Amino acid sequence: MSRGLARFFAGAVASFGLAAVVWEAFAWSGLFSPALSPSLRVIVPTLVGMVSSGMIFLHIGYTLYRILWGLALALLLGIPVGLLMGRFKAAERFVLPLVSVLSPIPSLAWVPVFILWFGLGDAASIALVFYAATFPVVLNTWTGVRSVNRLWIRAAQAMGAGGADLFRKVVLPGSLPFVIAGFRQAFARSWIAVVGGEMIAATNWGLGWVIFDSKEFLRADMMLGTLIVIGVLGVGFERLVFQQLERRTVGRWGMVRTAKA
Amino acid sequence: MDQIELRAVSFEYTANGRRVLALSDVAFGVGVSEFVCVVGRSGCGKTTLLNILAGFLTPTKGEVLMDGKTLHGRGLDRGVVFQDFAQLFPWRTAQRNVEFGLEMKGVPRDERAATARRFLTLVGLDKFTGAYPHELSGGMQQRVAIARALAYNPSVLLMDEPFAALDALTREDMQRLLADVWRETKKTVVYVTHNVAEAVYLADRIVIMTPHPGTVKSQITVTLRRPRDPLSIEFLEYQKRVVADL
Repeated sequence: MSRGLARFFAGAVASFGLAAVVWEAFAWSGLFSPALSPSLRVIVPTLVGMVSSGMIFLHIGYTLYRILWGLALALLLGIPVGLLMGRFKAAERFVLPLVSVLSPIPSLAWVPVFILWFGLGDAASIALVFYAATFPVVLNTWTGVRSVNRLWIRAAQAMGAGGADLFRKVVLPGSLPFVIAGFRQAFARSWIAVVGGEMIAATNWGLGWVIFDSKEFLRADMMLGTLIVIGVLGVGFERLVFQQLERRTVGRWGMVRTAKA
Repeated sequence: MDQIELRAVSFEYTANGRRVLALSDVAFGVGVSEFVCVVGRSGCGKTTLLNILAGFLTPTKGEVLMDGKTLHGRGLDRGVVFQDFAQLFPWRTAQRNVEFGLEMKGVPRDERAATARRFLTLVGLDKFTGAYPHELSGGMQQRVAIARALAYNPSVLLMDEPFAALDALTREDMQRLLADVWRETKKTVVYVTHNVAEAVYLADRIVIMTPHPGTVKSQITVTLRRPRDPLSIEFLEYQKRVVADL
């Protein structure tokens, strides 16, 4: 394990090192002025300044607040709808056409509409996250229910399970690998939605707003620093939330192979 | 009186627009605490027959009587063990798998746990109560499945080639274990297999079925003393008699 971990870090250092070298070459190439493509020697101190002043944490807080609310609402609606679709053909026939039409519409296309409805601020961003996150949750949960091993159902039925018991004790845990996959996909889409939404619909706070606002002041270093923060947060959630969730449930149960390190 | 009685049971289904007669006029009885093996080549309808006994399928003609009453659907009076290891719930430990039927029966938690542990001990898995199915070998998983089917105390155990996917050595161990479990629990067992030696080792009576359509060709009562020696002359004689009718 520790050897695997060492290898993992060696790989990460090598790929980040290469990316840094390529970036520096680009920054020093003179293709754009240094103000537009700042060197890492500018970006890193800016980033350190954002962190040490604590401002970045306020922006992160606002962004996470919007994501978590939108995501929570999406799970609250999406999981039951997906379960119902998997269980009742009528629900599937009713919901699927709607989902099929709405889900390919990019969430950002809704921004102007949501601004008109909710005004600038949290509500529009939350609505956007909710929109982006709901469909992956619905579709994955639906697939999860359909992919439950029929033998589990048979075995449970032979032991007298039916109706609500069968659903709660067999179908729900049996579809969990897909539900978690949906959660993960929803989170990725939420990031896209929230950052995009904040650029247009947010006022004064949020990572998307920082990027957009920096443009006004030609602060490419701040924009790029914020992009790095978004990337790091994404990795953090993947490692600390999704991989842990998987490892403790479907991984522990041998239903999926969990990622190493 | 027989505990299970099949009366001229036929089962017909439609596949690709063609009607297929899977079972035709199958009739035999199974006595209380009797171990009956149903043997036949693949396609002889033996699994269909077991699914009818389990209540997953309904005969298109004829009927099945259980304790003198017509059988309708599934019930906790029968326990079912399938061939596939995947029948266990992966999200439940061995003990919690065995508790499932008891939960459905509304047995309180402490009693459930005690009963589950007792049956896991019966199949020699008392040290693995907390293991998840994927941490157990195929043979161990099938033992959990047997414990699970016995724990809620059905009077009949229905088994569909439960050891077919195991390696030969493990299979022999499992057959010995099943013979012991049967002696201790006195369940009525209907056991479907295509393995002739397995049937002679386990059965009080062997029902031989032939395909197209599935019918009972003959029945052979095995009077060998238990535990049986698969290498004895008499054992091999029985095997020959069964093979001759297949």
